[in-house]
Amino acid sequence: MNVPLHLWLIPLLPLAGFLLNGILGSRLPKWLVTTIALLAPLGAFGAVVYAYLSLNSIAPPPCVTTPCGPPGWVYTSLPHVETFGTWISLSSLHIDFSFALDQLTLVMLLVVTGVGFLIHIYSVGYMHGDPGYARYFSYLNLFLFFMTTLVLAGNVLVMFVGWEGVGLASYLLIGFWFNKTSAASAGMKAFVVNRIGDFGFLIGIFFLLANFGTLTFSEIATKLAASPAWTGGVLTTICLCLLVGATGKSAQLPLYVWLPDAMEGPTPVSALIHAATMVTAGVYMIARFHFLFDRSPFALSIVAIIGAATALFAATMGLAQNDIKRVLAYSTISQLGYMFLGCGVAAYSAAIFHLMTHAFFKALLFLGAGSAIHALGGEQDLRKMGGLRKKIPITFWTMTAAVLAISGFPGLSGFFSKDAILAAAFQQGTLGKALWAVGVFTAGLTALYMFRLWYLAFIGDSRDEHAHPHEGPWSILGPLVLLAILSIGGGWVSFGGRFYDFLAPVTGPRAESGPGSLEYILMGIAVGVGLLGWLIAHFNYKPGSARVSAAALAAEPTGFTKLLAHKYYVDEIYHAVFVRPLLITSRYILWWAVDSALLGGAAWLLGGIATLGGAILQRWQSGNLRSYAAWLAAGAATVLLFAFYASIGTYLGAHGIDVHWMGR
Amino acid sequence: MNFIQQDVPLNWYLLLSAALFCLGIVGFLLKRNIITVFMSIELMLNAVNLSFVTFAHQWHAVKGQIFVFFVMMVAAAEAAVGLAIIIAVFRVRNTLSVDRIDLMKL
Amino acid sequence: MHLILFIVFAVCCLAGAINLLLQTHPINSALSLIVVMTSLAVLYLLLGAEFLAIAQIIVYAGAIMVLFIFVVMLLNAGREERTLGSRAARTIGLPAVVVLLALFATVILHIRGLGTASLSQGITDTQELSAVLFRDLLLPFEVTSILILIAILGAVALARLGNGEGTVSK
Repeated sequence: MNVPLHLWLIPLLPLAGFLLNGILGSRLPKWLVTTIALLAPLGAFGAVVYAYLSLNSIAPPPCVTTPCGPPGWVYTSLPHVETFGTWISLSSLHIDFSFALDQLTLVMLLVVTGVGFLIHIYSVGYMHGDPGYARYFSYLNLFLFFMTTLVLAGNVLVMFVGWEGVGLASYLLIGFWFNKTSAASAGMKAFVVNRIGDFGFLIGIFFLLANFGTLTFSEIATKLAASPAWTGGVLTTICLCLLVGATGKSAQLPLYVWLPDAMEGPTPVSALIHAATMVTAGVYMIARFHFLFDRSPFALSIVAIIGAATALFAATMGLAQNDIKRVLAYSTISQLGYMFLGCGVAAYSAAIFHLMTHAFFKALLFLGAGSAIHALGGEQDLRKMGGLRKKIPITFWTMTAAVLAISGFPGLSGFFSKDAILAAAFQQGTLGKALWAVGVFTAGLTALYMFRLWYLAFIGDSRDEHAHPHEGPWSILGPLVLLAILSIGGGWVSFGGRFYDFLAPVTGPRAESGPGSLEYILMGIAVGVGLLGWLIAHFNYKPGSARVSAAALAAEPTGFTKLLAHKYYVDEIYHAVFVRPLLITSRYILWWAVDSALLGGAAWLLGGIATLGGAILQRWQSGNLRSYAAWLAAGAATVLLFAFYASIGTYLGAHGIDVHWMGR
Repeated sequence: MNFIQQDVPLNWYLLLSAALFCLGIVGFLLKRNIITVFMSIELMLNAVNLSFVTFAHQWHAVKGQIFVFFVMMVAAAEAAVGLAIIIAVFRVRNTLSVDRIDLMKL
Repeated sequence: MHLILFIVFAVCCLAGAINLLLQTHPINSALSLIVVMTSLAVLYLLLGAEFLAIAQIIVYAGAIMVLFIFVVMLLNAGREERTLGSRAARTIGLPAVVVLLALFATVILHIRGLGTASLSQGITDTQELSAVLFRDLLLPFEVTSILILIAILGAVALARLGNGEGTVSK
């Protein structure tokens, strides 16, 4: 039986926070703004936890048949749908405002609201002195509203509303310090590139409508299940269109270029939106549509190839970046590539697992970097950092935990999730094995650049004499500690396959893993590669090595490093191929030719006709009596002619002059 | 003899009336002195009177002649007022040329 | 007899009208108009309208034209100058007049059923006229006298000295 879980609370509380802080925030005292801003995600998280605790599947068995637990507590089963009214109702199309809760949604919601709440707390300390304090929190709450809408959506259209909304919130938050030109441009770039992806998503929605007549997930799944032989063809087209949307939102090749620039926003924004939640919306969408993707092996291979290629591509670029946030940005793109790889080999639950653990350690990495930046008073360049180990120990130890997690240190969360994806990839035929190799190589690179960052930022002596780093307040450190705990222990939920079984009703049964020995060999290879990456980083970047000397750091990169440092010149290529022609077309063709000449000319012409006509007619009003009399006479003659033309006709006809045109 | 004893067809009266009317219009168009223009208007009125009387004779309708009577009265009033206006305008503009009195142009 | 009289006086009318157009001095035009009025009076007589003929001479030729001549003399209007004030009058007005005349002529010559006029028939009694005028149309008659009264007042108000901004040179 479906009892109300009040799912509407989950998006609505952040929306209320957005409205209150957005409209009244500048007038309210700071403590009130903070309270509203923190209550919203806390309330949403509470509603999610309430929903989780009400699940049949986690209830102790006796409690399913006879109620136990707190009095009045009722367990509910999934999927749980709540509808809030009709949106579109045509004869052929019916779309409601509906929220659907199932296991996948629940996992995503826990991550979004939980990590979101921690980042809200962190922001209280980080954004303490900023004049746009209330605006920041209102935007952050707006983002939570849209993200929860996206995740809770019961049909594609509501999901699209959330999809667009998070893009908007991302734009607002990237360009938060809008007085900085680079920030404003970065916001625009993010929005435009997202839009390109959204266009693909829209085309996919149209195809879905045309082929299924409905946009509700459950109905599409039912219709697909009713025709089990339907594969390929138009389904591949739909999947590829949806994939375009996912690559835009999740920063995969070729639409990843907005994510590094998005680092212009405040660090907590980078942590929340561009690491833990928004960029994972693409992965969530593919997992949500898994029943569609399963029918199109071609689309799945494309997803996997794009994922693996992106992972490798971004990891190489991360090796040569000097800004601490840029390194983390490319790391995010690379890890999202892993998630896409997971989806592409039909290991959806593994991809979602990696999504969850990635949220923990990537958010921790960003927040820790933010703490270091805050400690150094705004310095973001790795070459100027160093020796932070002794100065900000809590940040150091939590960052270490995160770096170890992302590098796949055995026992930490990242180890389990990455390994699950790589194992699933290895078992998918030759393409799978090739992608597995790419994935393993990328894992090595991941360890390499993460430890590079770790050494440069924390180990050794400080390279900046003017810095006086100090730890931040507990609002900054608290979330760091919590996230470190999650990064370390978050992987243990997959012991015994519990996590995958939990998701099984949504994403399909757990893939059969190969013989146990194969699994351990693959695990060993992955760990070994991670170790190799650490060793290379240790030798190159440990204090005292050649690369870390002042001269080497100050030198301009050459050769292949230069290519990496300039991000393969992809931005420049895009600018030359897409942006410049667009700008030229806009300015010269659309602005000058069409707008000024055609439209402006047409308007001027119309006005000119009126003015000219007026000027001509004005000469008629000469004030001269005789000309008026002349026109009067002419008018009288004309009127009388028309009155009598019949008789004139007969008169002339009688005299032999034929005048047919005068009528009989 | 026959020629002299003939009666006049009424069409000729009407034709004369039309001719006088058109001559009046020509005078209104071509003359430059405002008093002469006024006289052309009187000529037009007389032409119309002639045609009324003609038709009154045709149908022996006394009302036709009475209409002519009234036209005469109104023409008299109009002449008086119009000439007074001309005098007033002459005082201000000091000219009797129609072309000079064009203050009503745009 | 009727025919000859008609032709003579019709020619007088036309001659007077054409002379009105051809003369440059307004006084000559006024005198030509008097000729036209008088000829028209004779034509009214030929058509049997006795009272109207006399009224024409008394009112039109005797009062209105005299008024015109008085004003001409008062304003000391001289010969007209030959300025071309309006091209439209010649180019548009004259053809229009020609068209009008042609139209009238066509229609008039086509009318059938009009009788003829002769000297002895169709003479209207003044008694007949006054019977209709003072019995059926008494109200318009009285209103006309009020109209003339108003016209007198208006003319006096307009034309008296001290009314306009300029003054006639004395």
